[in-house]
Amino acid sequence: MILNGNAIKYGDNIDTDVIIPARYLNTSDPGELAAHCMEDIDKDFPAKCKPGDVMIGGLNFGCGSSREHAPIAIKAAGISCVIAKTFARIFFRNAINIGLPILECAEAAADIDEGDALRVDLSAGSIENVTKGKVYTAAPFPEFMQKIIASGGLVAYTKSRG
Amino acid sequence: MAMTMTQKILARGAALDSVTAGQLIKVKLDLVLGNDITSPVAIKEFEKISVTNVFDKTKIALVPDHFTPNKDIKSAQQCKAVRDFAHKHDIENYFEVGQMGIEHALLPEKGLVVSGDVVIGADSHTCTYGALGAFSTGVGSTDMAVGMATGECWFKVPEAIRVELVGKPGKWVSGKDVILHLIGLIGVDGALYQSLEFAGEGLAALSMDDRFTIANMAIEAGAKNGIFPVDDKTISYIEAHSKKPYTVFEPDADAQYVKTVTIDLSKLRPTVSFPHLPSNARTIDEVGDIKIDQVVIGSCTNGRIEDLRIAADILNGRRVASHIRTIVIPATQKIYLQAMEEGLLKIFIDAGCAVSTPTCGPCLGGHMGILAAGERCVATTNRNFIGRMGDVKSEVYLASPAVAAASAIAGKIASPEAFDIA
Repeated sequence: MILNGNAIKYGDNIDTDVIIPARYLNTSDPGELAAHCMEDIDKDFPAKCKPGDVMIGGLNFGCGSSREHAPIAIKAAGISCVIAKTFARIFFRNAINIGLPILECAEAAADIDEGDALRVDLSAGSIENVTKGKVYTAAPFPEFMQKIIASGGLVAYTKSRG
Repeated sequence: MAMTMTQKILARGAALDSVTAGQLIKVKLDLVLGNDITSPVAIKEFEKISVTNVFDKTKIALVPDHFTPNKDIKSAQQCKAVRDFAHKHDIENYFEVGQMGIEHALLPEKGLVVSGDVVIGADSHTCTYGALGAFSTGVGSTDMAVGMATGECWFKVPEAIRVELVGKPGKWVSGKDVILHLIGLIGVDGALYQSLEFAGEGLAALSMDDRFTIANMAIEAGAKNGIFPVDDKTISYIEAHSKKPYTVFEPDADAQYVKTVTIDLSKLRPTVSFPHLPSNARTIDEVGDIKIDQVVIGSCTNGRIEDLRIAADILNGRRVASHIRTIVIPATQKIYLQAMEEGLLKIFIDAGCAVSTPTCGPCLGGHMGILAAGERCVATTNRNFIGRMGDVKSEVYLASPAVAAASAIAGKIASPEAFDIA
């Protein structure tokens, strides 16, 4: 799958409380969650995020609470993929489980600037920075996780295996 | 192949003779947990899977503890969805308001977790039960849904960091100071994808409540789990609370660790983590003059009876500063009752504290103590991220119950040593 979008960049240790503050967790409606995504560090995010845009994070992206509302909010806001240096483990699981594409690539996360045009080939794990004319490669997922991703998430994967 | 304690528990759960770090395995679950925030999402996902029943109605725990007693209409709807699901599937361990407590204090107290168990919970602080010698870890709602349907979960077998504890802590140093110090040493991603395996002769000086607090915050170092060896204290606790059979696992003597971190408990000082990361740890001697507006004593980290006893010891016969709101939240009904019978609640109320029914409430900025812009809180909770307890411009300082109680009296961050009358 090929994804095209512009980079929206944040720093290290982006926690799930800033991705979606707990005061909005009295709902699990993706649209409502998306409207408040990132608001405690970037009020403009819902307005500036265009469908297909790619979120860039630093180290330990998605640390903190296990709330699946965090990847749900990011996905519903229109983000097609999150690229970070490293992901916190619960966020990593949740993103794969709900079918939000993520890539771990320290070089890309460091080099990409806000607004850079990106072309991401998920199956190859390659990230092309169209603005800078560079290509970065992310480590491929183990086969088992690729199957979950290809099924569209853990529920679909579990269902398909009866 | 030599295994860590965590690896041994996972190997048994996967019905394998041995496992190695990095291996992907499917493990049978002894307990699946959810709360009023994460369960509604899990229930929706569960209903998409073509199964009629949960895998085992005795091995699921549903605890509405975050926005309860229902803080608003939307929260009431979410709790109703959990309640309806619990009734429909005849879930044995559903805890309604009135019997409910903060999940990670409640489950051990109810004997639902014992050593050797494999537990997942749709709450990041599920790692608390590592104090009992169980493998327990936080997951999201979809993992919870699949866990409820199949009784299984996939894991990547983690490597481990060995945390060697030596010496005996001083009077006002507790489990909270140990874990804040450790997170300060290794960072908020210092144990990412790894286990924190505690060891050493210093363990003997730590109570079960200390160990619950330490294991509880393993996630704040990015760890998959934190786990303690099983000793006489663990066995006494388990036998006093549970009828479940338990299995004691020990790490192999030649188990491989990524590294060993040694902490001399006798050298630890009361520790405070400054905004906005739990790793911003400073000793009480380094805090300077930080005026505060609120104190919260409670949460899954520090709402247990020992925590309340320590706070009461300092607040006894004293008053909290006139401009400070001090909120004390016993973590379970049993702890609440015990605190009442021991006279702790009277001490708190006489000192000018508000005492609340069990709830996660303020810890995650839900209700029962939200901060305004510019306000500062000393809290015995577990996270001090931006906006965690309220306004984006508010600040949370993480500390032990002793530091929190002393700070409530002083009106600024203070050492419990200032109130030492012994």
